[in-house]
Amino acid sequence: MAEYHMTTPLSDEDVSKLEAGDIVYLSGTIYTARDAAHKRLVDLIEKGEELPFDLKGSVIYFVGPTPPKPGEPIGSAGPTTSYRMDSYSPILIKHGQKGMIGKGKRSQEVKDACKEHKAVYFGATGGAGALIAKAIKKAKVIAYEELGPEAVRELEVENFPVTVINDTKGNDLYEMGRAKYEVKD
Amino acid sequence: MREIAYDDLVKSVKAMVMHTASHLPEDALKAIEKAYEEEKSEVAKSVLKQILDNAQLAKSEDRPLCQDTGLAVYFINVGEDVKVVGGSIRDAINEATEQAYKEGYLRASTCDCFDRHNLKDEVGYNLPAVIHFDIVPGDKIEIEYAAKGGGSENVSRATVLAPAQGKPGIMNFVKQVISDAGPNPCPPIIVGVGIGGTFEVAAKSSKHALFREAGTPNPNPDLDAFEKELKEELNKLGIGAMGMGGTQTVLAVHIEKNPCHIASLPVSVNVQCHSSRHSHITL
Repeated sequence: MAEYHMTTPLSDEDVSKLEAGDIVYLSGTIYTARDAAHKRLVDLIEKGEELPFDLKGSVIYFVGPTPPKPGEPIGSAGPTTSYRMDSYSPILIKHGQKGMIGKGKRSQEVKDACKEHKAVYFGATGGAGALIAKAIKKAKVIAYEELGPEAVRELEVENFPVTVINDTKGNDLYEMGRAKYEVKD
Repeated sequence: MREIAYDDLVKSVKAMVMHTASHLPEDALKAIEKAYEEEKSEVAKSVLKQILDNAQLAKSEDRPLCQDTGLAVYFINVGEDVKVVGGSIRDAINEATEQAYKEGYLRASTCDCFDRHNLKDEVGYNLPAVIHFDIVPGDKIEIEYAAKGGGSENVSRATVLAPAQGKPGIMNFVKQVISDAGPNPCPPIIVGVGIGGTFEVAAKSSKHALFREAGTPNPNPDLDAFEKELKEELNKLGIGAMGMGGTQTVLAVHIEKNPCHIASLPVSVNVQCHSSRHSHITL
């Protein structure tokens, strides 16, 4: 298990050196999107229209934060369960997305897309929303404000702690970790 | 007939809901600390450390523990000799919920089940609250509350087994549900199991089982033994904190049983994430 500090946008070279189980401290700009926003982004791609942010090298964080208290950039902001984005992620990866941050299992299609187009799936600690918010320095809604917590936000992050779950080689930390500790009778 | 003022009820419930969003109760904290001590995997241990640090930070800075501040779920026992004056109990609970979620900067998470638009402007901010009422003897109102997140609710399942399947069948079903859930419900988890009753009674019992303080024994010795056996079996799955692999997947198993039809054996599994936000008050 290695530790890396990386700044977005991520390159093919950045993500290729990561392996399932590595810890990465991410800094720079990342974008938030959940189910509803993913659907809209994919619709734009299919229509050949411009997206609200540049997908190339991007990292998308699956999160619907609580409203910020006055004077704070964001409320609590831990990851949501990722499988709900499984049908959209391969299309975004094909168009240049390099990283996803969420929690929980991904489909084989997402893992295949990570391998084929060089992208990684990072896990953040679910239910650690107050702690994770500390790594978020700025937040700005850049699209779909009407979706409320599901709007697309541009976040400036500093040393956002994530763990590589699915790497570019087809490894899956959930399967590896469980195989190591499973007790079969 | 004892009387409780509507406004007093709103005030008490509102304070409880706001407090619960940022304060992990002692039973959950202790169970997670114990899991941290006993965990063999270094990766899972570091996750458990983050969960404990998060609880400390949320408490000291009064921030929501998790961005999924849940749907507000209540089990309310209303005494036969008490009445609320100035409005209905249901209205008071909904009003308290809305005020707490709005003023506490908590998330409005209720939406239309088909077109998925947020209902905060038409039904109310994070409304309606989910309320299970019961009428009991006495002149008190007992309110049990939990902020129930979506991730752990999504992996919960109910079934009706054949009576012949018995305890082994229940064991297999629970194990399958937790195995399939894997990392998704934010382990380490508390597993509520409702057994018997009718289909909906089993489901409701599995939810109510989650309100018991983690780590307290089941008053029924047979069920207590079954809970311990289930916990041991589930921890053999190796899922670990946030599914990264480890020995500590389940903090506790809580069972509630009910008499059932001679033809049926309903079983329901309701999962609670590690952010087990619950409280109770008696008025």
